[in-house]
Amino acid sequence: MNTESNVLRESALDSKRAATASVSQTRPFYWSVRRELWENRWIFVGQLAVAGVFLVGFLFNMTRWLAEMRSLSATNPAQYWETVSLPYNIGAGVMMGALILMSLFYSADALYSERRDRSILFWKSLPVSDLTAVLAKASIPLVILPLLTVAVTVAIHLIMLLLSSIVLPASGISLASIWKELSIFQMWGMLLYHILLAHVLWPFPVYCWLILVSGWARRAPLLWAALPVVAIGGLEKLIFRTSYFAAMVGTRLIGGNAPTDVTHGEMFPTGPMTHLTPIRYFSAPSLWIGLAVAAVFLTAAVRLRRYQGPT
Amino acid sequence: MTVIEARGLRKAFGTTIALDGVDLRVEEGRILGLIGPNGAGKTTALNAILGLTPYQGELKVLGRNPWTTRDQLMRDVCFIADVAVLPRWARVSHLLDYVAGVHPRFDRAKAEGFLAKTTIRHASKVRELSKGMVAQLHLALVMAIDAKLLVLDEPTLGLDILYRKQFYDSLLNDYFDRSRTIVVTTHQVEEVQHVLTDLMFINRGRIVLNCSMEEFESRYSEVMVHPEQLAAARALKPIHERQVLGRSILLFDHADRKQLAALGEVRTPSIADLFVAVMSNPAGHAQGAAR
Repeated sequence: MNTESNVLRESALDSKRAATASVSQTRPFYWSVRRELWENRWIFVGQLAVAGVFLVGFLFNMTRWLAEMRSLSATNPAQYWETVSLPYNIGAGVMMGALILMSLFYSADALYSERRDRSILFWKSLPVSDLTAVLAKASIPLVILPLLTVAVTVAIHLIMLLLSSIVLPASGISLASIWKELSIFQMWGMLLYHILLAHVLWPFPVYCWLILVSGWARRAPLLWAALPVVAIGGLEKLIFRTSYFAAMVGTRLIGGNAPTDVTHGEMFPTGPMTHLTPIRYFSAPSLWIGLAVAAVFLTAAVRLRRYQGPT
Repeated sequence: MTVIEARGLRKAFGTTIALDGVDLRVEEGRILGLIGPNGAGKTTALNAILGLTPYQGELKVLGRNPWTTRDQLMRDVCFIADVAVLPRWARVSHLLDYVAGVHPRFDRAKAEGFLAKTTIRHASKVRELSKGMVAQLHLALVMAIDAKLLVLDEPTLGLDILYRKQFYDSLLNDYFDRSRTIVVTTHQVEEVQHVLTDLMFINRGRIVLNCSMEEFESRYSEVMVHPEQLAAARALKPIHERQVLGRSILLFDHADRKQLAALGEVRTPSIADLFVAVMSNPAGHAQGAAR
C-alpha cells in the first residue's frame, strides 16, 4: 500500500513536472510587469496628484468659465465649442504632459535602479530571461502609462461634468447642451488615438534610448542619455548652423509633428474639425524608422543586461 | 551525476586575471566550501557557474552552458549572492507572489511554513527588516525551491552569531538531502567546517587545495610539540609552524600519526589553520592542487 501511494505520488509529481515544464513564457512576463508596478507605485500616485491639482484649478476657475459660456451662448458655434471644451482639453493636455515626464523618468531608471540597489542579483537568480525583463520594463511607457493616462483623463472629465452639473442649473445653462457640444465619447476616442500615436509610438525610440542608457550608466542615466543628444545637436549647430537633430528629438518627445492629424493649426487634436488619418500615419516612413531604431535600442539593452551586475 | 564541471576556466578583467585555468568537478550530493582570500576569484568562479559573467574555457552546470542558458538553468539552480540583494522596496508578500509566479519549482506553502517560524510579517517591506531577517527571508524563499544546486556567496556576511548558526542549521536540517548539491563561499570558515563534505582553497585565480573532508581529516595533523622535541618534529618537514602561548604548533601533511604522537598532542587542524598554512606557503604546497 505504501509503495502504491508512493507510485501515485510519483506520477502526480511527474505530471506536475510536465505541466510546469511547459509553463508559458507569458507568466514570467506578467509577473515582471507586476513587479515594475510594485516598485514604481509613484506612477499611480503621480498621475492622481496631477489630476487632483488640475481639478482644484478647475474648481477655482469654474465660475469664470461659466460666465464666458453664458455671454457667448450659441451666437458663434465654433467659438462656443472652443469655450465649452477648453477646460476638458486643458485637462487632457495636462495629463499628457504628466505622461511624457513620467515616461521619461521611468525609462531613465528602468535598468538602473535594480543595479543600484543590487537586486539585479536576486532577479537574475530566477528563471526569467533578460528579454522578458527588458520587455516588461518597456511595456510601462508603451502600454501601462498611456492606458493609465487615458483612464485618469476620462475620470477627471467625468468629475468635471459632475461638478458642472451641480453648478450649471443655477447659471441657466443646461448640462445637455454641454454634453451635446462636447460629444464626449468621440472626444475620448480621439484622446486614445492621439495618445497612442503621438505619445506612445512616435516617441518610443526616445524611451528605448533611455532604457538602454539606464542599463549602462553607472550614475545619472538621464544626464548620460542627454549628453550625446546635446553633443550631436551642438556639433550640427557649429558645423552646419542648422538644428535638425535637436528639432527631431524635441518633436519626438512632445509628440509634435507626429503625422497623426491633418488639421495643423488646430490647437487641440480632439476638436470636431480634426480628421483622423491613420493611413497617412501608418504609412509614414518616419514612424517605422523610429520603431526600428527603438527595436535596435531594446535589443542592445537586452544584451547589456546579460553582462551587467550591480553598479 | 556531475553537477558542475569546469576545465581550464579563465577570466580576466583587463590585465587582472581573476581565474587562471580552474579545473573543477562537483558531484551530486556534496557540500563544497570554496575558501580563499579577498580577490582570490571565488565570486568570479561562482558568477561564471551562475551565468552572470562570460568566461573562457569549458564549463557545464547540470549539463548546460550557464552563460547562454541562464534563465533555463535557474529552474534548477538557486543562489544567494550576498546578504543584501532583496529589493528594499518590496513587501514580503510581493516576493512570495513573484517567485511563485515565475518559478515552476517553488512551493509557496513551504516558504510560508519557514517564514511562520520567524517574526517576519507578510506585510513588511524588506527595508523594514533587520539584516538577519532579510537573510532568513531569502533563505526561506530559496529553500522552498526544489533545486538541484544551491550556490551561496558569503550568505552570512555581517550577520550576528545567532543568525549565522541558525542559517546553517536550517540549511542542513530543512533543506539538504543527498540529492542536492551546495557550493558555499565564506570567510567564517570555522562555522562551516562541520557542514562541508568537500573543501577547496582558491588563491590568485588558481585552486591550491581540493579534497574531501574525510581526506582532510586523515591527511592533515596538527601537533603541539614539546619544546625538547622541536628539532625532531621540524625534521619531519611540517608545512607550517606557529607559536601559541610559547608552545610551537606544527602542521603536517601526510604524516604518520603514530610517529607524531611521540612528539606531542596530535589533533586535526581547523580549516582556518590549514588555510593560513597553505596561503602563507603556496609554492611548497602546490602538490595539493593535483588530485
